Amino acid sequence: MGMTLTEKILARHSGLERVEPGQIINAKADLVLANELSAAVAIKVMRGIKGAGRVFDPARIALVADHFVPAKDAQSAGLAKLMKDFAAEQNIEHFFDVGRGGIEHVVLPEEGLVAPGELIVGGDSHTCTYGAFGAFATGMGSTDIAAAFVLGEVWLKVPASIKLVYSGTPGPMVYAKDIMLRTVGELGIDGGTYRAIEYHGTTVDELSITGRITMANMAIEAGAKNGIFHADQKTIAYVEERTDRPFLVERADADAVYERTIAIDIAGMEPQVACPHTPDNVHPISEVTRDTLPVDQVFIGSCTNGYIEDLRIVAKILEGKQIASNLRVIVNPGSQKVWMKAADEGILTTLAAAGCAVNTPGCGACFGGHMGTLGDNERAISTTNRNYVGRMGSPKAEIYLASPATCAASALTGRITDPRVLELAGV
Amino acid sequence: MEDTLRGHAHKYGKNVDTDVIIPGKYCNIVDQVELGKHALEGLDPEYTARMKPGDIIVAGTNFGCGSSREVAPIAIKGSGTSAVIAKSFARIFYRNALNIGLPIFESAEAVDGIEMGDEIELEPATGVVRNITKGTSYQAAEFPPFMRSLIDAGGLVPYVERRLVEQSAP
Repeated sequence: MGMTLTEKILARHSGLERVEPGQIINAKADLVLANELSAAVAIKVMRGIKGAGRVFDPARIALVADHFVPAKDAQSAGLAKLMKDFAAEQNIEHFFDVGRGGIEHVVLPEEGLVAPGELIVGGDSHTCTYGAFGAFATGMGSTDIAAAFVLGEVWLKVPASIKLVYSGTPGPMVYAKDIMLRTVGELGIDGGTYRAIEYHGTTVDELSITGRITMANMAIEAGAKNGIFHADQKTIAYVEERTDRPFLVERADADAVYERTIAIDIAGMEPQVACPHTPDNVHPISEVTRDTLPVDQVFIGSCTNGYIEDLRIVAKILEGKQIASNLRVIVNPGSQKVWMKAADEGILTTLAAAGCAVNTPGCGACFGGHMGTLGDNERAISTTNRNYVGRMGSPKAEIYLASPATCAASALTGRITDPRVLELAGV
Repeated sequence: MEDTLRGHAHKYGKNVDTDVIIPGKYCNIVDQVELGKHALEGLDPEYTARMKPGDIIVAGTNFGCGSSREVAPIAIKGSGTSAVIAKSFARIFYRNALNIGLPIFESAEAVDGIEMGDEIELEPATGVVRNITKGTSYQAAEFPPFMRSLIDAGGLVPYVERRLVEQSAP
């Protein structure tokens, strides 16, 4: 009996010939990640572990200041400083301060810190993003991260895998985000709990690396432990451009056992929107636009959709136009490198000229931290990944999740809008 | 861990997510008591004012879904809440709760058999849930053996200390 892609990686990292769902293993981590919030608690826990003076390997730890940066207040500055001092004390070179990094999940792949077949744990639930590269990656809390800092290993329960097989070519203005929203809608927000999601099919073979990132990123929105793609030539080219580190591309066995296989046909699918207040409350855009839904804020960014490809889509729709007068648009390029690329391509100027506020990279607006918090009775449409009550600020605000194209179209009209309408109108 | 926990039930629905357990704006707080002042603020702003130390949160499936923020169980603990009973827990929250020592009980029957305000008695060691008000009793799901051994060892930190000794052994 064969193994799934997740099982293959877990077996190799735990020194076992094979593993089975439900089995508890000790697995070696290739990389342990934390941001200033999860690191602050993890460092505190680590200080309390007897015999734990040093991290297991300073080269295998990445620390990224991204949640409350630039520091929103003295308390947040204190957390970032705690992490910075820890990096210096432990000789951790992969420390990314404001201006040199950005959102952790955008930064790590860019910096060549993620490669196929690797095992990555992070003190952030969207660590599952790295499954886009054929790595096993999962989010954990700070105490688990403290243990991983010290031991370089984590205990894991091997998850059963769900195989998702996508077919069909996305229609106009339909993107990876729409495909993943539909997937979360089908699975439900606990449909993947304690499970691995393995993405297959011609549709995802054709997707860009960014598209796969968007999809792997939201595996957690179905409750999954990880979401994983098979690495292909695109993946290998991306990674080899960024690191000389050797890596091993794993493949699921032909006779791997999946708990469930779900076929998802994308042909003819409309752009999708997750309506308030859960990411699985997903509807085709034509159902959502039956009502006129004026918007107060459009947010473009995050570890889901803060990439250069995303900004290009938005810039193309907004170029030479003005956003509607009833709303504000906040754009956060995902990383310093994305920001610079967008500047080089004239995208930042295009967006600013259209009336968008372009921020520095960071997580703030997405999780209601700062730099774009929603007020009472406000409605937002956002390229982010969660729309729980209060996620972006006031518990009385409404959040709709959609693709960069749908968000940009809504920015122009001032209400939630089908981007295909704009295309037909020759925008 | 205490032998028995006793308190009144505060009952909520399914998918109680980490954003309502401790809203993002408070995630730069590290102190447990300070965090506790905002527990469940996004779901039930009156919770901390109404609850008494020892009270118990009772909820549906997928409790704690969303972010990996360990401050979510820390805030619940910091509020004086003694335990959470749910039909099921989200994966990261489950690990975090055990790691920080927040007692959790998984039992759909118990949740269905408890109403807001019922007096509840819990035995963390055995997983027994007693509804004193209604005179009923339930058995929560057992922890898998590995997790039980972690709990019995006093949590993840003593486990790590033991592993460190094993790793350095010749």
